[in-house]
Amino acid sequence: MKLDCKHVWEHISEYIDNSVDAKLREDIERHLEHCEICSAILDSTRNILVLTADDRTFELPVGYSKRLHERLKEEIEKSKQEPPVGGPK
Amino acid sequence: METRSATESGLIARILEGKKELFHELIRPYERMVYLTVFSIVKNETEAEDGAQETVINAYRHLASFRGDAKFSTWLTTIAINEGRKRLRKTKGAGEQSIEEQVEGHEGDYTPAPLTDWREIPLEALERKELRETLRVAVAELPDIYRQVFTLRDLEELNIEETAEALGITTGAVKVRLHRARMMLQKRLVSFLKTTAPTRKGFFGRAL
Repeated sequence: MKLDCKHVWEHISEYIDNSVDAKLREDIERHLEHCEICSAILDSTRNILVLTADDRTFELPVGYSKRLHERLKEEIEKSKQEPPVGGPK
Repeated sequence: METRSATESGLIARILEGKKELFHELIRPYERMVYLTVFSIVKNETEAEDGAQETVINAYRHLASFRGDAKFSTWLTTIAINEGRKRLRKTKGAGEQSIEEQVEGHEGDYTPAPLTDWREIPLEALERKELRETLRVAVAELPDIYRQVFTLRDLEELNIEETAEALGITTGAVKVRLHRARMMLQKRLVSFLKTTAPTRKGFFGRAL
């Protein structure tokens, strides 16, 4: 089947996730071979995902980990006076 | 992945037997995930950090109720989501539409931005700080239901089923929301790149 661009866009996310069936995958790939617009959309969307997974994009507050473990340490100390974690109330 | 979950169940067993300090080790790989999950709901750094701490403490206190049939990461994510929602309700007060009630409509434009310049954008462009900043802002501005799915799926890399389970929605809804989120971001970032990439005319000779 020959796909039009709009059809490809509708499946682009699933295509990236590799969750389209083999036939559709083949149709999409055939379309991409000659369609610069769809190829560019695919590339750009993939680039966004690469950027999203880059730890520098979504940074944690400075000192977050240290504060988290300090708080946890206090909690653990406190719970040592009590019965085992999550044990019967 | 198998190795990690095997190590994890070992750790959990030892913690429950009384080696409580090992919880530090158990949680370390997920610190980032917990923070980002809460942040995706409350959208405020201080609230997100407090909520992340609360999530970890809650997970510690209720570790015995964790059943091995779910993944620890999914269990933890569920706690983080509940914590985030609780905080959101508190700050927004009653009367706000709850997140759970929001559903994706059929209206709206979720088509990507067609642009041929992308191929000419050098890989180094992805290294630019402003681009990362723009993406952060664009994600923060996504409607809640889309941002949460996007965060769990593409930022924390949960799979479709885990995302559905953590958010209490169907896998179909995850797919639809994820697709829309990605397309909205694509649209936002394309225009950003277009203004900063070296000027070249598009296929149609003008801005698309």
